[in-house]
Amino acid sequence: MARAEIAARTLRTDRWWLPPLTTFVGLLLISIYAAFRTFQGDYYWVDQYHYLTPMYSPCLTEECIPAASHFGQWFPALPGFLTPPLLIIPFLLGFRITCYYYRKAYYRAAWASPPACAVAEPHDKYTGETRFPLIAQNLHRYFFYAASLLLLINIYDAVLAFGTGLGLGNIILLVNVSLLAAYTLSCHSCRHIAGGRLKHFSKHPVRYWAWTQISKLNNRHMQLAWASLIFVCLTDLYVALVASGTISDLRFID
Amino acid sequence: MSYQGKFRVWRGDDSGGALEDFTVEVNEGEVVLDIIHRLQATQAPDLAVRWNCKAGKCGSCSAEINGRPGLLCMTRMSIFEESETITVTPMRTFPIIRDLVTDVSYNYTKAREIPSFAPPKDLAPGEYRMQQVDVERSQEFRKCIECFLCQNTCHVIRDHEENKEAFSGPRFLMRVAELEMHPLDTADRVDQAQDDHGLGYCNITKCCSEVCPEHIHITDNALIPMKERVADRKYDPIVWLGNKLFKRS
Ligand code: SF4
Ligand code: SF4
Ligand code: FES
Ligand code: FES
Repeated sequence: MARAEIAARTLRTDRWWLPPLTTFVGLLLISIYAAFRTFQGDYYWVDQYHYLTPMYSPCLTEECIPAASHFGQWFPALPGFLTPPLLIIPFLLGFRITCYYYRKAYYRAAWASPPACAVAEPHDKYTGETRFPLIAQNLHRYFFYAASLLLLINIYDAVLAFGTGLGLGNIILLVNVSLLAAYTLSCHSCRHIAGGRLKHFSKHPVRYWAWTQISKLNNRHMQLAWASLIFVCLTDLYVALVASGTISDLRFID
Repeated sequence: MSYQGKFRVWRGDDSGGALEDFTVEVNEGEVVLDIIHRLQATQAPDLAVRWNCKAGKCGSCSAEINGRPGLLCMTRMSIFEESETITVTPMRTFPIIRDLVTDVSYNYTKAREIPSFAPPKDLAPGEYRMQQVDVERSQEFRKCIECFLCQNTCHVIRDHEENKEAFSGPRFLMRVAELEMHPLDTADRVDQAQDDHGLGYCNITKCCSEVCPEHIHITDNALIPMKERVADRKYDPIVWLGNKLFKRS
């Protein structure tokens, strides 16, 4: 038996193409900004107020400004156009790329698989995440572990910056790590590890409680993914503007 | 407050068909199914449509309205402009029988392929005891009315007929999750989900959750947790080592 003969790719009359387009443009702009700042290799540290942009933290190579290397300089200077963040970006990028939310976002927006619900995808064949390379999405939890570690370092940086008084930069760094923490905690792998994998919640009251709380955050995972991503860029921009002397930090207490 | 609404309804069977134009009276408070019934009563007595409860509970009246999969009986006419032409088509993913009626037996085949609930051998019926917190997750999935809108919308089979063999679809992966999370089920559901029901085909793009009339969080609460369990089993050496060392199962 055959399907109903309907030639149109979709009969949807709403602007179904708008959300994937918005996602695509949003991700593209953020990628361009992040790539630019990564390869700029400068303006990541405000010596006077100890502000370090999260994009360069931890700064682990010998070309880093020594004061910005809170955890020492483990590696020699990188050759050519390579910059210190390239050591941590694979983990941060890996975390976001394998994130269940971002997967939905770019499968739809960049790969049109599908572009929107009930809109036919343009591909002839589809195997989803059953084989290489997409089967590697299953590694998400390792990136979650790595990103959690980097988050702790960012929190350390933000706390350290309070040693010089209080300025707008401190508030921004604080909001940034809060958003990053909320995004990381709301991760589906985190939810699973905390308690989701249990069969009997009643036997593990503490993990059940943790699972319940994380589930609430997890409901907002998409919003947190965007909020934290945009805010990391804004934080970095603020640090860059202060570090380059373009603006001066708004100080409350010195 | 009634008006003459413009409709385009797909008519035909598996030998072919087309959209046909109709003008039908629309009254205040009506749903799309009311219009289809009026159309049947006044202009097209042989129009085929499947329905039962008219209350969004039997899951019979699934179709596509302006290209969006939904229940005919739960789609209010008030969400449309009076001037709008409303297109009503059968579900795309299943073979057509006639007009708005499709053959959904793919779903029953997939349902039968899932080994049934397997309580511990030493537990007699009537002796089942479980706590509310332990069954809550499975209970969300029991809200399913089997309308198969999620199955119809999932691009894995909607756009790729050839995947029907390997992929059971969101509704039945959710059934596997329901059993996996059931406190008294003893069967191994994780390998089943990945190997027998094609969990890996799902790319978590969430269209199933988007169209579910029961608002079940299919992707977040069933599919992703199953993917995480598969990752535990197949792709996580740390868990594997922990299980070996502490003899957990
Ligand atoms: S989330 Fe998975 S199962 Fe649901 S519609 Fe998308 S691909 Fe299909
Ligand atoms: S999960 Fe929702 S969309 Fe799918 S069959 Fe059940 S009620 Fe329908
Ligand atoms: S699911 Fe998004 S970060 Fe893990
Ligand atoms: S007629 Fe029962 S769900 Fe619509």
